[in-house]
Amino acid sequence: MPKITVPLGPQHPALKEPGNFMLLLEGEEIVDATLRLGYNHRGIEKAAEARNFVQATYLIERVCGICSHSHATCYVTNVENIAGLEIPQRAKAIRVVIGELERIHSHLLWLGVAAHEIGFDTLFMYSWRDREYVMDALEALSGNRVHYSMNTIGGVRRDISKEAHEDILKKLDILEERTNYYIHLATQEPTLHARTKGVGALPKEEAIRRDACGPLLRASGVARDVRKDDPYLIYDQLDFKVITSDACDVFGRLYVRVFEILESIKILRQVLSNLPEGPFAVKTPFKIPAGESVTRYEAPRGEDIHYVKADGGPNPARVKVRAPTLANFESVSYMLTGDQLADAPLIIAAIDPCFSCTDRATIVASGKQSVQSLKDLRTYGIEFYKKKGIDFTKVK
Amino acid sequence: MAKPLSVFGELVRNFFKKASTQGYPFKKASVDSNFRAQIKYDPALCVGCQLCVKNCPADAIKIIQINPEDKPQVGADGKVIPVHRKFECKIDLTRCIFCAQCVDSCFKKALSSSQDFELASTDRSSLVYIKKYQDASQDKADSEEKEQK
Ligand code: SF4
Ligand code: SF4
Repeated sequence: MPKITVPLGPQHPALKEPGNFMLLLEGEEIVDATLRLGYNHRGIEKAAEARNFVQATYLIERVCGICSHSHATCYVTNVENIAGLEIPQRAKAIRVVIGELERIHSHLLWLGVAAHEIGFDTLFMYSWRDREYVMDALEALSGNRVHYSMNTIGGVRRDISKEAHEDILKKLDILEERTNYYIHLATQEPTLHARTKGVGALPKEEAIRRDACGPLLRASGVARDVRKDDPYLIYDQLDFKVITSDACDVFGRLYVRVFEILESIKILRQVLSNLPEGPFAVKTPFKIPAGESVTRYEAPRGEDIHYVKADGGPNPARVKVRAPTLANFESVSYMLTGDQLADAPLIIAAIDPCFSCTDRATIVASGKQSVQSLKDLRTYGIEFYKKKGIDFTKVK
Repeated sequence: MAKPLSVFGELVRNFFKKASTQGYPFKKASVDSNFRAQIKYDPALCVGCQLCVKNCPADAIKIIQINPEDKPQVGADGKVIPVHRKFECKIDLTRCIFCAQCVDSCFKKALSSSQDFELASTDRSSLVYIKKYQDASQDKADSEEKEQK
């Protein structure tokens, strides 16, 4: 049978963001897959160098819409480390509250997206409806549904009031009941099994070899979670389980994420029931001394790593972001190989990809340096595509 | 254990449930009282320290002195009366990200977050929030006019 190459993306209805997957097909089966990123590069790291430490907090928060708190916490912790700030216990607890609410919101969002890719739109509607409870709680706590902006250098910007506290606990009860219903549904509904079991297999060894992280790694049977392995904030005082699954397929990833919602609810109840008293922020220092710091954080999608370097000036000298999706992309081509073309969107969605978070690598060919004007680049682009038989000269 | 079509019970139940969505814009949507939307400025409290401008991540806010020509006056008793500096605030709503950092930065509490989130407009020039210092009498007249409306 002749092999054909099908490009999936950069613009494709099944992808929520631009990315390119070249799928080599033999009939319906994918025999090889290559991945190309770089359609969404925003230059956030460079832009952070042009802003002061406070301004950069808001910029870094916008690395990702869904895990905005993860990125911001990671960055702010770095700056606090450099400045030698000890933040109050209450601030740490509030950061955990927002972080876990964010995890629930992210996992419910993923559940909806995955259900939609499976073709189970009822579940998609349901999980997104229930996600509103978390969004409302986040709005009441922080003042926004997506970009919470809770972090500031030295603590958090808002306190949790008594009423808000009770309101969240009520919402958590509803969410727990709903999540249990989804679990009940997932174990009963044979169509869900048929669509997810054995799809996008990633054995344990391969997951480790390809440096997967987060729910993808845990669904391949490896109990890795920064919250347990290298506890930050107050996670070392909390009682929670690291959810793993030996299924090594999309069903396993579903299982891990849904049960992680329950664990997050458990964590939230613990933190809210004994929220430390005291201030929720210390004063932001006027000047950040020279120094550097690296922090790890368990974002909903996996391990998020940030590096910040300060040179004593008003702006960060260097900010580096390693979003979890970048680590997980390595596994995608492996998972796609051997599966059906129709499963490709589901397999890609199963890592919960965030393309724009990932697109920040700058590749500098060693020894080669050139500065090109926009006009030169345009000519280069036209020539490049001409060789492939596409003529862009008429496009203005 | 597998029970096919179990989700159909859900379908039947949904016939008798009320919709989860809201009828916005026909029904007014509400936001939490903590919501960060348009920033409001009180020129009477502002001292023009520019801290809000310095920390604005989006370069959206400008505080401009409206009476830079005024010179300190010497009173009848020979005392120097310093200039009462008056300011104008301009917030470009197309740039503002509603982070409310300016509210946190302002130690005079001249800025505050409102819950006014319906800011869309077809006219670009109306997307700049401008609030100028006015004399107290003028302010009073303004508020009376508003009340009449
Ligand atoms: S809310 Fe944020 S972006 Fe808007 S003016 Fe204030 S500091 Fe600037
Ligand atoms: S920080 Fe407050 S007092 Fe200072 S210029 Fe801004 S609004 Fe005025």
